[in-house]
Amino acid sequence: MRAVDAMMECLKAEGVDAVFGIPGGANLPTYDALYDAGIRSILCRHEQGAGHAAEGYAKASGRVGVALATSGPGATNLVTPIADAMLDSVPTVFITGQVRTDLLGTDGFQEADVMGITMPVIKHSFQVLDPREIPHMIHEAFHVARSGRPGPVLVDIPQDLSRADIPYDPSEAQKVELPGYKNFVEGNAKQIRLAAKALANAKRPILYVGGGVVNGNAGEELTELAVTGGFPVTCTLMGLGALPAPHDLWLGMLGMHGTRTANYAMDNADLIVAIGARFDDRITGKLAEFAPRAKFVHIDIDPAEISKNVPAHIPIVGDSKRILPKLTAEYRALEADRSRMDEWWEQLRRWQDEWPLKFEGSKDGDIPPQRMIQALYEVTGGNAILTSDVGQHQMWTAQHFHFPAPRRWINSGGLGTMGFGLPSAIGAKVAQPDELVVCVAGDGSLVMTCQELATAVEHDIDVKVFIMNNGYLGMVRQWQELFWDRRYSSVDMGKSPDWVKLAEAFGARGMRVDADSEVEDAMREAIGTDGPVVLDVRVRKEENCYPMIPAGAAARDMVG
Amino acid sequence: MGEPGTKEVLRLEDLEAAGSIHTGRKHVLSVLVENKPGVLTRIAGLFARRGFNIDTLAVGPTEDESVSRVTITLDGASHPIDQVTKQLHKLVNVIKIRDLEPEETIAREMALFKVSADGSSRAEIMQLADIFRGRIIDVSSRTVTIEITGTADKIEGFENMVRPFGLVEMVRTGEIAIARGKSQT
Repeated sequence: MRAVDAMMECLKAEGVDAVFGIPGGANLPTYDALYDAGIRSILCRHEQGAGHAAEGYAKASGRVGVALATSGPGATNLVTPIADAMLDSVPTVFITGQVRTDLLGTDGFQEADVMGITMPVIKHSFQVLDPREIPHMIHEAFHVARSGRPGPVLVDIPQDLSRADIPYDPSEAQKVELPGYKNFVEGNAKQIRLAAKALANAKRPILYVGGGVVNGNAGEELTELAVTGGFPVTCTLMGLGALPAPHDLWLGMLGMHGTRTANYAMDNADLIVAIGARFDDRITGKLAEFAPRAKFVHIDIDPAEISKNVPAHIPIVGDSKRILPKLTAEYRALEADRSRMDEWWEQLRRWQDEWPLKFEGSKDGDIPPQRMIQALYEVTGGNAILTSDVGQHQMWTAQHFHFPAPRRWINSGGLGTMGFGLPSAIGAKVAQPDELVVCVAGDGSLVMTCQELATAVEHDIDVKVFIMNNGYLGMVRQWQELFWDRRYSSVDMGKSPDWVKLAEAFGARGMRVDADSEVEDAMREAIGTDGPVVLDVRVRKEENCYPMIPAGAAARDMVG
Repeated sequence: MGEPGTKEVLRLEDLEAAGSIHTGRKHVLSVLVENKPGVLTRIAGLFARRGFNIDTLAVGPTEDESVSRVTITLDGASHPIDQVTKQLHKLVNVIKIRDLEPEETIAREMALFKVSADGSSRAEIMQLADIFRGRIIDVSSRTVTIEITGTADKIEGFENMVRPFGLVEMVRTGEIAIARGKSQT
């Protein structure tokens, strides 16, 4: 059997129903095999778009996303999505063509050392040197991508080897032989008991929940723990939806643009239980002054995260889905008195009353950007998968939309990749065709990957793109305003493009709204339209995203 | 190092001072890895990326041909050693890592010294080599080349002794190490 045909069998055995990519010289054999393999091939318009689409597919479904590219520039265009998938732990497999083996190392046409280029930003990579290894490597790639802390894996296949006639035995190919690759999932029973005791003794506890709980499909288990103990919960940007919002126990997002209540709670807590979170600098602010009164329980599947930034008093290595039910059971058995937290909850409620998220309402009919997100929540009833780009609109969406379930909020958190929103929406819609998928785009971000509108139109992928258009690189402008004396250096995006015409040029529907009173109707009309729609929402230009912890400041020093 | 996130201009001296904190003892890591292409690149890349400084590095085969051993010494790593080992463990091709305790470890290194030696100093150099249990492996009219095996301290000691004669060239292998007694490295 041709190696590439065997590869298609492997992909199908892994449950792949769609792949995103672009063919080229070095992966011609792969695309030839794909032609009638029974796998949906989505032709993207740029490899970066294909990579982000694979991420969106993975984030929306929990299944491994797959992107294909040719050698050289095709492969280098995947670097950004690979780094993005690494930092946000997205299970993805990238399959690149490579020049023929006789050309390897000779600077052949479209040759790039993609193994070397991606090594610092990838979970693992395989270079095929013997075509008989291909089926095996594909299965190992999927295994590494989805197990433990998920992440991106690359398989680089020289063109000649992909054409080789190889023996293929499906059951033999699926045997994983990775002696150095182990994951601890169960969690140490003694440590879990210790954590339960710490919770039972804590007067001011808080659960600090990250993307690991979403990745681990442990939202229900988390909610069970929180409800059992009556513990307040805050989530990182990546964890939103882990606890269904709105909820009595929900304090909102924490971190740089989190709620005051969540950040003050971290600052005053006596016990912080971190679950699938990594104490990123956007969360801790000034590390030396982070949560000075707290002891830390840290649950994570990646042992290298534990005590990396903040020393853990009770480390627990493992899968949150396995650990949380045990922790809940241990805690329940201790029959702790809930009234010990009464004062804490009174304090939290006072903060919530004193510091709700607020903004100045419409002036002369203009659209406050925060209002745009509230309108979206109202129109959808929270029933949508949202993707976003990176910047102010991303933070406002995280603040003002309430996510009722995990995998409803797809964005680039760790790498902060502008242009992530549209291609990841395409991937999410392919994975979840029955869901409404809305990309909340920034006007600065969308222009970086807007070519994927063609992908959506050609493949009938019904995504709605709602642009929060303030004509600026808004977050940079905000920083220049607040910290760099209002010297607005290269942040004005001007009037180009005309988004309505651009959408129409791609064959999508283009719409525009600039009056506050018409936002909901415009959104309803866009959602009611069959096929891709771009809705250009002209929002107030110079609005700042608050509250915020200025970089390097402590949580208690939030401004705005 | 200044207030982060502000437009305050940073002084070069402060930047340099912040980058050169070295603490702790010397560590010898013995790392078993799959004998596959690119493994050393992954390890070296990881060290560079995470800011861990490698002092010496030695790679070679083991009793099992599918496995290689990498011996790495870190001199007073500026990062906690457990971050180094945890990050190494995340490399899929790394099978096992041991941070060897100095008291429970035998470590050896080999070095070759090419020393200037004219008629008058040759005998003295050969005597020194003898004291350090070195072997003369090459002699020319103007140089003597000596092989020394031992701990890093011993090799440094010999280097200090012969340097005044004129050290033409020196090559060191980097340390290799094995656990004492029955226990496995």
